[in-house]
Amino acid sequence: MAIDTLSPQPPSKPEPVIADPSRRNPARWLVVATPYLWLLLFFAAPFIIIFKISLSDTAIAMPPYTPVFEGFGKFGEFFSQLDFENYEFLASDSLYIKSYLNSLRIAAISTFLLLLVGYPMALAMARAKTSLRPILVMMVILPFWTSFLIRVYAWIGILKPEGLLTLLFQTVGLLGEGEQVQIFRTDYAVFIGIVYSYLPFMVLPLYAALEKMDHTLLEAASDLGCPPWKAFWRITFPLSLPGVIAGSLICFIPITGEFVIPDLLGGADTLMIGKTLWTEFFSSRDWPLASSIAVILLGVLVIPIVYFQNQQQKAG
Amino acid sequence: MAKSLGPVKRKFSPWTDPASVPFIRFENITKKFGNFTAVDNLTLDIYEREFFALLGPSGCGKTTLMRMLAGFEEPTEGRILLQGKDLAGVPPYRRPTNMMFQSYALFPHMTVEKNIAFGLEQDKLPKGEIEARVQEMLKLVKLEQFAKRKPSQLSGGQRQRVALARSLAKRPKVLLLDEPLGALDKKLREETQFELTDLQHTLGLTFLIVTHDQEEAMTVSDRIAVMDKGVIMQVATPAEIYEAPNSRYVADFIGDINIIEGNVVSNQGAATGGVMLDCDGLKIVVDQECPASTGDRVAFAIRPEKVRLNIDPPTETAVNAGAGEVYDIGYLGDFSLFLVKLDDGRIVRAAQANIQRLVDRPLTFGDRVWVNWSRDAGLVLTR
Amino acid sequence: MKNSRFDATVLTLGFAFLYIPIIILVIYSFNASRLVTVWGGFSLTWYREMWSNQGLMDAAWVTARVAVISATIATVLGTLAALTLVRFRKIPGRLLFSGMIYAPLVMPEVITGLSLLLLFVSLNVDRGFWTVIIAHTTFSMCYVAIVVQSRLLTFDRSLEEAALDLGCPPVKTFFRITLPLILPAVLAGWMLAFTLSLDDLVIASFNTGPGATTLPIKIYSQVRLGVTPEINAICTILIGLVALGVIAASIATKRNEVRRQRDEQAAAAG
Repeated sequence: MAIDTLSPQPPSKPEPVIADPSRRNPARWLVVATPYLWLLLFFAAPFIIIFKISLSDTAIAMPPYTPVFEGFGKFGEFFSQLDFENYEFLASDSLYIKSYLNSLRIAAISTFLLLLVGYPMALAMARAKTSLRPILVMMVILPFWTSFLIRVYAWIGILKPEGLLTLLFQTVGLLGEGEQVQIFRTDYAVFIGIVYSYLPFMVLPLYAALEKMDHTLLEAASDLGCPPWKAFWRITFPLSLPGVIAGSLICFIPITGEFVIPDLLGGADTLMIGKTLWTEFFSSRDWPLASSIAVILLGVLVIPIVYFQNQQQKAG
Repeated sequence: MAKSLGPVKRKFSPWTDPASVPFIRFENITKKFGNFTAVDNLTLDIYEREFFALLGPSGCGKTTLMRMLAGFEEPTEGRILLQGKDLAGVPPYRRPTNMMFQSYALFPHMTVEKNIAFGLEQDKLPKGEIEARVQEMLKLVKLEQFAKRKPSQLSGGQRQRVALARSLAKRPKVLLLDEPLGALDKKLREETQFELTDLQHTLGLTFLIVTHDQEEAMTVSDRIAVMDKGVIMQVATPAEIYEAPNSRYVADFIGDINIIEGNVVSNQGAATGGVMLDCDGLKIVVDQECPASTGDRVAFAIRPEKVRLNIDPPTETAVNAGAGEVYDIGYLGDFSLFLVKLDDGRIVRAAQANIQRLVDRPLTFGDRVWVNWSRDAGLVLTR
Repeated sequence: MKNSRFDATVLTLGFAFLYIPIIILVIYSFNASRLVTVWGGFSLTWYREMWSNQGLMDAAWVTARVAVISATIATVLGTLAALTLVRFRKIPGRLLFSGMIYAPLVMPEVITGLSLLLLFVSLNVDRGFWTVIIAHTTFSMCYVAIVVQSRLLTFDRSLEEAALDLGCPPVKTFFRITLPLILPAVLAGWMLAFTLSLDDLVIASFNTGPGATTLPIKIYSQVRLGVTPEINAICTILIGLVALGVIAASIATKRNEVRRQRDEQAAAAG
């Protein structure tokens, strides 16, 4: 359709037009390759090694395991040396199975408790005045910036039998003289510690989901004759589900492998797999066994982790 | 609408001169994004010092075409020539084109002055020359007293002028304007349109503008390319586009128009007897040279302001006329648009200038009226 | 109205739950008595004790250096990773890459710590200062990547195109246009990486070696022996430092906000 007149002729003022040789920019590859290689080396490769070591024998030498194979040339040898002894041991000793199950149980209950505590907070924040919201968000984030260890430690002084909770209950008369709160070094203390430590991780995704919700939806529901409590379950909650899922995953996965909280607040009978792994590694110095514990933990968590990644990728 | 025909232009029409050499040439350009073809085997010439508009709805490929000239996209097929040189592989920062972005894209962390100087600094010009050029640009867009301000401290119209100054500072061979006035309110937009044409005339540069606003395209440009789905439908001056659209698409896209489908009864050329159409009983004769032959299905197109409206039956009622009643009236201030429902059910739109200050309309809903038009008022469209 | 009373109660209780343990810890760091339940009067004894505890001070110095170095490397790597995620969507193995960014955010620390240790051992790297830095960099760069990514997603690409269009080559465009504009997010990422490193016990425990005992490892070993007011003192100082940093950051943000609003008013006025 164009008005085509003549084939191009030499221009009146020729201008040197230089083709750029760096169109496939090397800088571009530097940007991609640097973090990529770093993560491959320091995040992905270790998983292959941990898997390998979980299949080797314990030795007293340093490093305390016998290498399964040296170099990639000895694949045949590698397979002949494969040794599922550690996994057989894990399956035979009920301590480990109990640890896994108990970790999952504690993580599930804690996640539910976190939702129970976190949802009303997130909802209240989302319903607060717009000018107030950034301050509230800041107040939820602030404890996150202070050390995890310090926050767990703070609860020891409160929960221990001769601690502040006992003092408080004695003062208000809930407990008699000489009686003590018997929470410290039980599962209850672990729940309190987990809910306390992970609360910001639950509240923030919930708040993010609730905050961007269109307020007029509830007005429309009300206009159509839906009472507020029903509107909550039929409008607000379903729309906040992405936040519920994100918050639950962000809490559930790391809680399952939690070490510090059960170690400092839990009792001897609080079996959690992170603690078991730690003991095998640091006390028994059984690295191959610790590795197989980690491999199985990873196996248990791989579905929620992949699900989490998918959610994040969709959001990104 | 007729009012958007724009100011009378200087006598400038290199495209009619077979000896002139195109300044920019898009040669069989195709651009695909995955399976989507944004631009489809498009060829277009633009001449030096021309103010050229790419006009079309969003998604028609006009912005893609401009971004290929700027170097942000590479054509999938075809070549782009600037003064005869192939631009393939030349990155945007080495092209002698500059662009004014739809969002203005002013650097928020730099002052007005620094924004305008940015491009000149890339050329490593001496400091004094940069300063002089920045002052000249500030004067050109009348923003001298705002030199030290940050973009956030400017109004929308001022930002638009900074963006213009920044893109002109390097004296580009081609200035690309991507929906440059879209963010301004109507009044400011109209003022700025005239400023742009003045500026282009004074500086003697080639301007390429992308817009979806037909009034804007008609006001500022020497020629317009109307685009749809990656192809060019028509390239012509604003007046030609309005008065002689080459297709139903262009006719419908620019301004308001009545389109009546019909069959060719006879075609004897403009001088001898015109084209005669039978549109389901309505007889239409048009004095026009037209490639259609007898029996072809074509469309008759006529602008509402060229349809005459009468309370009394016209003397000649055999052709180019119909009777009906007023179906709806739209009062638009400067004129009123009457929707007339003909006796066969067809609706014809007729515009009447409001010459007198009429509060009580002489015509009202349901009134019996006659419409007619002269033989040279409308157009037969074959595609 | 019923809603607002409910909300106020929920928020009061929630924040009380979040803050009271920390406040108690701070108060008791000034307690002259060694016992938690007995208030023995105001005293700075524990701060003096802390100051003279050479082991604790050494650990604090190690931690400070680890945190600064790892946060800086993590910020560079995390920013590059964010650019990769947002800008180069078609790279091979993109799914693997984004997986490696998101997984460390939820990966139990015992797994990350142990697996990285085994890598160092199999590469015959002596564990110590630098292995802790590598470990911290690896997980905190992912947090930086997330923070910077969310800024880049809202970044107006036409600003970069404008710079290219005006003759500025891509790398220079990044340093003159992109980086200055995403700098607040990059700095926030640095602060996050810094506190994550300051905080970490588990991963550091696995990857540390002789002479590289970090503060959390030191605190943990003392805490296992019971509550010691010295620890309260150092915790209070850490909390104070973080609070100071956060308050300074929010004041800076607030001032920017005020300036922006003033600018907009000035612009509206002509």
